[in-house]
Amino acid sequence: MPATFTRHTVETERKDPGFGGKPPLDRRPTGGGGGDENWDSSNSRRHGPRELLIRYRMAVLSGLAGDLVFFAVLVSAFFVRQSAIHIDATDNVISDWHPLAAPPILWINTAILLLSTLTMETARRQLFHEIDIMEEWLGLGRPAVRRAAPWLIATIVLGGLFLTGQWIAWQQLAQQGFFFSSNPNSHFFYLVTGTHGVHLLIGIAALVFALIAMFRFKRVELRQIAVDCTAWYWHAMGLFWIFLFILLVYFQ
Amino acid sequence: MTTPPLTAKPRRLFTTNPLALARLYLFLALIAVVLGTLLSLLMRLHRTWPNLAVPIHGAIRPEDYLALVTMHATLMVFFVLTVVPQSAFPNLVLHAQIGASRMAFPRLNAAAFWITTASLVVLLAAFFVPEGAPIAGWTAYPPLSALAAAGPGQGLGTDLWLLAIALFCLAAVASSLNLLATILTRRCPGMNFTRLPLTVWSWLVSSSLTVIAFTALFAAASMLLADRHCGTSFFLPPGTVMNGIPQRDGTGSPMLWLHLFWFFGHPEVYIAILPGMGLASSLLANFTRRPVPAYRLMVIATLLIGFLGLGVWGHHMFVSGMNPYAGTAFGFTTIAISVPSSAEILTWLVMLFRGRLRLATPMLFTLGFISFFIAGGLTGPILAQPALDAYLHNTFFVVAHFHLVMAMAGVFSLFAGIYYWYPLLTGRLMNEALGKIHFWISLIAAYGAFFPMHFAGLAGEPRHYAQLTGPVEYFANLIPVERGITWSAFLLAAAQLIFLFNFFRSATHGASTRPNPWQATTLEWSPIAHPAVTNGPYVYGPKAGPQARPQEDFLPQWEPEKPF
Repeated sequence: MPATFTRHTVETERKDPGFGGKPPLDRRPTGGGGGDENWDSSNSRRHGPRELLIRYRMAVLSGLAGDLVFFAVLVSAFFVRQSAIHIDATDNVISDWHPLAAPPILWINTAILLLSTLTMETARRQLFHEIDIMEEWLGLGRPAVRRAAPWLIATIVLGGLFLTGQWIAWQQLAQQGFFFSSNPNSHFFYLVTGTHGVHLLIGIAALVFALIAMFRFKRVELRQIAVDCTAWYWHAMGLFWIFLFILLVYFQ
Repeated sequence: MTTPPLTAKPRRLFTTNPLALARLYLFLALIAVVLGTLLSLLMRLHRTWPNLAVPIHGAIRPEDYLALVTMHATLMVFFVLTVVPQSAFPNLVLHAQIGASRMAFPRLNAAAFWITTASLVVLLAAFFVPEGAPIAGWTAYPPLSALAAAGPGQGLGTDLWLLAIALFCLAAVASSLNLLATILTRRCPGMNFTRLPLTVWSWLVSSSLTVIAFTALFAAASMLLADRHCGTSFFLPPGTVMNGIPQRDGTGSPMLWLHLFWFFGHPEVYIAILPGMGLASSLLANFTRRPVPAYRLMVIATLLIGFLGLGVWGHHMFVSGMNPYAGTAFGFTTIAISVPSSAEILTWLVMLFRGRLRLATPMLFTLGFISFFIAGGLTGPILAQPALDAYLHNTFFVVAHFHLVMAMAGVFSLFAGIYYWYPLLTGRLMNEALGKIHFWISLIAAYGAFFPMHFAGLAGEPRHYAQLTGPVEYFANLIPVERGITWSAFLLAAAQLIFLFNFFRSATHGASTRPNPWQATTLEWSPIAHPAVTNGPYVYGPKAGPQARPQEDFLPQWEPEKPF
């Protein structure tokens, strides 16, 4: 296992008194502007078996922060548009925002997505079950993968069900005569559900990838990363959906 | 130093080597900057001699002029002022400056380059489609950008433009995720946050801004594409009439686009300039042989600029029909952001005061950067007043402001970086004499080109007008000023030929250099592959040298700290 138990020698070297002794470590000047505190004194987490995992997590979470901005833009545009008024020729203040009754199937979809979050989390935890992972690392079979696979497959199925449910919701709206281009409210309904759906499609692709990765990747660490990052992405999509769902149902 | 020749092809086309990627990014930006400059020269020619026919193209029609404006701005803002400081330079030095052997995600990083390339190809394709390039400006305000009937180039040309922008957003975010993860997780032992060079702090902030701002632009571009092709009307207002023909009746508001676009657009200028500010601090420390006197203040100022930069976008919209109270609030935040900016400038001036100046070419360009940053920055608080902006908006005063503070300051810091880091690119130094000639001509010509625009703007000269004379003669007495600007612009462009000659010739004929030619302290010059850091980034000063060489005036970060 690479670089797992190696401690970097800098800190210990500096304790060497040399000649005449040195002041205590914490009182040493840091150079530059003479800052006196070490903002990152405990950086041991960055070196060790989880180093790679933490790096990937960092990137996924930063990306999700960006994604949050994407949905925040849509939501703020929704509110701006909702409160927009204009004044007609006879000086009447007019709002052309017509509330849209969200199809009830959204409730079922939401329940399905929440359930899929649970299955996903269960799968993720299997990959971090210490005894199983130790066995995998020693090459004594793959108990963690064996246990996680059904949960991952369940997540894929539930994700597919959610998307099917969203499609049915679109069909129901279309039957009532509301299309993407019908009115300001339907613009947003389709845009929000559509972009979230695209995100979930990417999520399902990632799930399939993680499933394959669990069986194909030789390093335990990489299997963990594949599942872990997919899980965080999936959780974020679940969380985003709850907010979007509340927006679409209650803030009409 | 074993650096492969500048024009050597990378061993694999889809290379993940950061040095090779830095060169590819620089060549990409070079294509963009040459094209962008040529477009701007065409604009200048047309403004000064409206009837002059361009050799291949023929006479420039008004719509051609607007296409020139649009494409010039898009090329320069995205493919030069964003790509070089935010992609080329980090690939060249970022991982080295924090002592990492490689990036956190080399393949993601490489993918970002190829998506950027695809974006440039799509953008340039807009020149060759029927009706030509878009004419709605780089800000692409609806309804002009939402309807194909708005003019030539607003059909397929605008679609390509939007696609290019969307691709660029993806590339910028991917590249920034790599930078963020690299800075946060790949620092070498001992490289804690108080020992990061200020360039790295800048990249930390500008990468965070990129992730936020470019995602917002991506969302806005998606909505505009839906408006154009899916029959929605997020941005399309009711009752639009174009060329006397009533258009599709929308229910949306162009203001929404303005808000979304500038929520991207203003952080974007900080994305472009923050790395330059970090570089200026580093180079000033090096070429004045003094430490940065207020390292933590500089870090806090950088963070504050990034944070406040997210809340000032409305100052682009004072006269766009925004609520006046909102205008006051945005004016206030805009004034507030000049406080951390001034803190940085004053720190630089302190470093110059009684510093032991070494006026090498990188230092000259850094001084030029500071000069432009101050000259352009001083008009910022003026334009931040909603009342003053009501008069100055859309005049050449604004053109002068952002060309000095963003374009010239940005480009001069890019030159400083290229002259400074050239040995890392090629193993050789650029020619000093040519560099100095390049600097002085550029400095004078740049002021000559952009400073008089203040006066033209105060006289009321509007932006985006293809011609000043014609049936009306309001601006006839500004023609001499225009002519002077044009000559300066040509001089400025000509000076860049010196740079290009120097850049390519020095790659093979430049003076070979020692491993650390500028006697710098930061880790990109380290001869050690896996350094461990025990001191701050800017330890300069008499007798600061390491124990083995106490007569030297700098202590590199890769050398162990001196005992007391």
